[in-house]
Amino acid sequence: MVRKINYYLLTVVVLLSLLISFAGCVPGSNNEGASTTTFPVVAAKERFRIATTTSLYDTGLWYYLEPMFERKYNVEMDIVYAGTGIALEYGKRGDVDAVVVHDRAAEDKFIADGYGLNRRYFAYNYFLIAGPTSDPAGIKDMSPEDAFKKLAEEGKKNPAKVKFVSRGDNSGTHSKEKLIWAAAGFKYEDIQKSGPWYTEAGKGMGPCLLMANEEGAYILADISTFLAYKGKLNLIPLVEKGQIFLNVYAAIAINPEKIKTAKIQMANNFINWLISDEIQKVIGTYGVAEYGRPLFNPTSGGGCKQQGCPTVDEYSKPVQ
Amino acid sequence: MSELWEAFLQAIQLIVNLDREVVEIALRSLAISATAVIMASLVCIPVGGLIHFRNFQGKRVLINIIQTFYSVPTVCVGLFVFIFISRAGPLGGLGLLFTPTAVVIGQMVLITPILLGLTISALSGIDKAIKDSALSLGATEFQAIWTIIKEARFAVVAAFIMGFGRAISEVGAAMILGGNIRGYTRVLTTAISLETQKGELILALALGIILISLALVINVIVNFALQRY
Repeated sequence: MVRKINYYLLTVVVLLSLLISFAGCVPGSNNEGASTTTFPVVAAKERFRIATTTSLYDTGLWYYLEPMFERKYNVEMDIVYAGTGIALEYGKRGDVDAVVVHDRAAEDKFIADGYGLNRRYFAYNYFLIAGPTSDPAGIKDMSPEDAFKKLAEEGKKNPAKVKFVSRGDNSGTHSKEKLIWAAAGFKYEDIQKSGPWYTEAGKGMGPCLLMANEEGAYILADISTFLAYKGKLNLIPLVEKGQIFLNVYAAIAINPEKIKTAKIQMANNFINWLISDEIQKVIGTYGVAEYGRPLFNPTSGGGCKQQGCPTVDEYSKPVQ
Repeated sequence: MSELWEAFLQAIQLIVNLDREVVEIALRSLAISATAVIMASLVCIPVGGLIHFRNFQGKRVLINIIQTFYSVPTVCVGLFVFIFISRAGPLGGLGLLFTPTAVVIGQMVLITPILLGLTISALSGIDKAIKDSALSLGATEFQAIWTIIKEARFAVVAAFIMGFGRAISEVGAAMILGGNIRGYTRVLTTAISLETQKGELILALALGIILISLALVINVIVNFALQRY
């Protein structure tokens, strides 16, 4: 009997010590002045975590901006990439300190529910419909709504030739796609069920472009990711003009009243930094060297003039 | 086929040049998975021994369940742990999500069934007489289990290596729990996934080759140590 108890005790002690050693690994509980490399389980500086939409990540913009922010505020910035839907979910659960997303309706709800505050718009670009050079559905230069109508029509008739790859992942791009379907007079559920021409990929923007490329399919993409992937694609832009194509990126801080652990000060620093003249200039020139044109338009200067563009306050008033 | 060759050359190039980021990612992979397998083994090998030794009701059922969980999808393990350690979860206060520790925990959970199950199988291959004679010579149960484990060390080490292999090669849990944060939680498998997503197929494949080479080195070292002792 005594032996048995000893054995159980031992097991309990081992489990407990494991738990304790985990707790000891929590970042931030470590000593100051360690080296800046974070390997393997050590963290010296404050960590600031954001969830960003995949389109911004896949274009490499964050690789470029991250070290600049880290240097300026002496912080270790952790960037998790996810579609707008899951990024907002991380925000709600308190797993990030700020989100960078592009889905106005979802953002409004997020803020109205009390999870987010201090939204500022810092960049915009446009969506486009890309497709194979032969353009089997014949949508070139149509309006986005008419192009979608034509795609649905031709796709149902001839699914072997006319295909469409949808993100299908609740991302900002996916939301925009649903908006266009609605504007074209369709119910999205009907489109989902309308046959094999319509594929829901459930992947990020980059992988979807590669997939559409493999299948010779049409796809709705943001122009930045499209340009960044252009070298790997045979697809060409077919529809590029339309009010509905506007795509605005917002940074939102997580509300510390709802999420106690949210680092609001650093989130505000981050948002103000994004809309600062210096970084706006950087955003406006990012990609020129590689792609011959900027991948994103900065919101400052008021270049965005159509319906749906942010107001002056929404892109230039510092948050606090 | 030429792409495969290209990937192989690029892998060699990355290794020979000691590309800083790749070395860092590879070492992080190694550190995380080694920690996971060592910590999980410390619990699972003795507990596996205990399960093998004891006769109790439902033992067969338990072993069946353990073996079933060999095939648990890594993404599900990731989500399961995510629910616990996300800020909104019961262990949220520890702030573990999107840290290397989270990946270690996920991998530990993932390989626990393998380590338990293979330890039990390993011990089953040992003559029962050894246990009996150890006990009759006055060994405690713990000492007897230890004796048997030493006797079955080749098979137990095989379990260990299997667990390490599953840990270092999984991507689902590392992606969900670590978030593939550059310079912090990016490991080889999540880097492969990202490079594939970016269409950098050759680089992705090269990273895969590096992962396999790493596993080879570990296996050689472990087996060498085993031969000597």
